[in-house]
Amino acid sequence: MSERTERGEGREGMPGQHRVSTEQHTPLWEVFVRARRGLSHTHVGSLHAPDAELALRNARDVYTRRQEGVSIWVVPAAAITASSPDEKDAFFDPAADKVYRHPTFYEVPEGAGHL
Amino acid sequence: MYGNDFPAPDDASGGGLLGEVEAAEAALREAAARARRFGAPTPDADLDAYFADVIEADQKIEPRDWMPEAYRRTLIRQIAQHAHSEIIGMQPEGNWISRAPSLKRKAILLAKVQDEAGHGLYLYAAAETLGISRDELVDLLLSGRQKYSSIFNYPTLTWADVGVIGWLVDGAAIVNQVPLCRCSYGPYARAMIRVCKEESFHQRQGYEILHVLAHGTAEQKAMAQDAVDRWWYPSLAMFGPPDGDSTHSAQSMAWKIKRFSNDELRQRFVDMCVQQAEVLGLTLPDEDLRWNDERGAYDYTQPDYDELMQVIKGNGPCNRQRMEHRRRAHTDGAWVREAAAAYAAKREQQKEKVAA
Repeated sequence: MSERTERGEGREGMPGQHRVSTEQHTPLWEVFVRARRGLSHTHVGSLHAPDAELALRNARDVYTRRQEGVSIWVVPAAAITASSPDEKDAFFDPAADKVYRHPTFYEVPEGAGHL
Repeated sequence: MYGNDFPAPDDASGGGLLGEVEAAEAALREAAARARRFGAPTPDADLDAYFADVIEADQKIEPRDWMPEAYRRTLIRQIAQHAHSEIIGMQPEGNWISRAPSLKRKAILLAKVQDEAGHGLYLYAAAETLGISRDELVDLLLSGRQKYSSIFNYPTLTWADVGVIGWLVDGAAIVNQVPLCRCSYGPYARAMIRVCKEESFHQRQGYEILHVLAHGTAEQKAMAQDAVDRWWYPSLAMFGPPDGDSTHSAQSMAWKIKRFSNDELRQRFVDMCVQQAEVLGLTLPDEDLRWNDERGAYDYTQPDYDELMQVIKGNGPCNRQRMEHRRRAHTDGAWVREAAAAYAAKREQQKEKVAA
């Protein structure tokens, strides 16, 4: 935002002062919430916060106002490495021809129990 | 239900709009289960045709998928406008937090206004997945280049207005938004499911405020009726211009961003409100409102669309006040953002020193 940049620039050169740019210091965080004991953390959305502590507090206020969770993880979005959708087929190909990894691949002989 | 993969039985609302939200959530899971046959397009595939196939099969488009540029732009515009509306929408109600008639009403109103902020944040986050930054979005609102819902340019003159905002304004918003839970863009659909569930609390609290007033003293009832009289037509205008004049509708329907036309949704809203008004013992200010047996729906008087266009253009009763307030709040809050950023930078520096 222009207004913020101007303010930041005004401070440049002041001894011992770091230029403060809001955009630079409010990174995006991904939020994961464990809804109840026995369930895994699930991605619920994202938010901006300057640091991890505030990200956690903001996540509480934004995503658990109605007791939707018993535990929250916040992860810097920049720290997530994702597979690319463009190479999805190639990337997941190794699993496509291994139907024998599924129990349904096997024929169970008549009369065999507990299988 | 956000982290759960099934709705708990005691959450079942027994149909109605909340039931539709849950049905949309179930459909989202079903579609995801069917999704396996859609791998990524092969390098030589026709991307447009692939995109059309995914939409046709009621599958969701996700952030890193290929999408037509116009689809991306339409979504950014719509989601941003929606987010801005939630943020500006805090003002007419915030006006009454310090004047709510009891501690209970005050606590409820605070929670509701906090929800509106939350809805704005879910939606900004959904818009950001399309490749626009939060700062750009805030800037587009503050500079007036993107709009918010025109309804928030009307003033809240009495406490009954807070009730009517919940009943009619949030009610109209829900009718508009429930179909968006099935929108073809995944992050928007998921955000809308959250929003709609919380909105139904908003609608009910407004209805309760009006019910209490309508069954109170003669003055209280008159105040409730006056609020309904002032808000009815602006609420009908929330559904946008009539279908013939709606510029974005056809393409949005084809992309399954939009599922019903403006007029269909407006009719649905009118049909719901008639019976609810009867229970309140209040009158909807429309002498031509009557049941049409042939259509199986109520005939009603259309809102003044010229007025709607004037308000959208910036000439509503409160446009200037709302924008000034938002800009001032943003400027006045600058020191908080700066302090938080400075603190984060200092901590980062200390960490580097320790590491060195």
